[in-house]
Amino acid sequence: MNILQKLEAEQVAKLTEGKKIPAFSPGDTVKVNVKVTEGTRERIQAYEGVVIARKNAGINSSFTVRKISYGEGVERVFPLFSPRLDSIELVRKGQVRRAKLYYLRGLTGKSARIAERTSGRGMKNGRSIAE
Amino acid sequence: MRSGLIAQKVGMTRVFTDEGESVPVTVLKLDQVQVVAHKTEEKDGYTALQLGAVKAKVKNVAKAQREVFAKAKVEPKKKLVEFRVAPANLIEVGAELTADHFVAGQFVDVQGTSLGKGFAGGMKRWNFGGLRATHGVSVSHRSIGSTGGRQDPGKTFKNKKMPGHLGVDTVTVQNLKVVSVDAERGLILVKGAVPGHEGAFVLVKDAVKKKLPEGVPFPGAFRAPAAEAVAAEG
Repeated sequence: MNILQKLEAEQVAKLTEGKKIPAFSPGDTVKVNVKVTEGTRERIQAYEGVVIARKNAGINSSFTVRKISYGEGVERVFPLFSPRLDSIELVRKGQVRRAKLYYLRGLTGKSARIAERTSGRGMKNGRSIAE
Repeated sequence: MRSGLIAQKVGMTRVFTDEGESVPVTVLKLDQVQVVAHKTEEKDGYTALQLGAVKAKVKNVAKAQREVFAKAKVEPKKKLVEFRVAPANLIEVGAELTADHFVAGQFVDVQGTSLGKGFAGGMKRWNFGGLRATHGVSVSHRSIGSTGGRQDPGKTFKNKKMPGHLGVDTVTVQNLKVVSVDAERGLILVKGAVPGHEGAFVLVKDAVKKKLPEGVPFPGAFRAPAAEAVAAEG
């Protein structure tokens, strides 16, 4: 490992200490608990939606979550290892055939649904084996 | 005035603060930075420290240069740089400077050689606007336009901004904040970008336009020359 990779790996180890990031992939529905600071108070705000992209790049890893809020499509990009993320919960696994689900941007309603995945990678007898 | 350091640019990454802020940082590496010689008022007319960095193969060093290094009892170096210092801040010859020479939170100026861009046009080199995309402009959309008057003054003034070679200049970026230092591995993390490509030598000095914070080591942070190393060299 070169110096940069070593530095990044150390930081990732420090940031994920005592934190569990579930294995999730594009198509999954996740609930992201974000720390929000209002004045001096800090509270946790949940943001739930479909993961439409993941970027795996060490400390620069991020993921994009899309949801429909009051009829308007909203996308948020979260740095995977940001200390501002309290936790990530996996709500539902989705059956998709692409790594980037940008095609969802052009779809609404029925056509934007993603079927639930009950088998395959990381699953056994319809249940996730991660737990 | 304190001595600066010779470092090598490793590359850029990011650091998350405890508040969750992401700070873009450039990693600078120190590699065997040693004092090679002193310049003194009596002998040279000014006071400076000559530092060397990165071990050089003996076969690649000229004979005259080898003598200089032998006299200083340090290994031959790839890069030699002088830093002007106050006479009180001279560090003994052979001492190896360490990264905690700078402290986290202080500001530094970083000097390097910018990336070479080759022969560049006016738009890239001087931020000219170029010509219009339509309305009769043909072929010369990125040209520089007029370069002067008519019969009067009858010439193009000197220093007119024109296309030419861009990059490979000595560039100093001022007031970069030191995010952290790692003396053990000889790493300095500086907020923001630093001129030059990865692996290039850069000079790191205390910022001239900022006040030095408390706790900065004087004359500098260094390891004294080891006795056996000196013996082996001799």
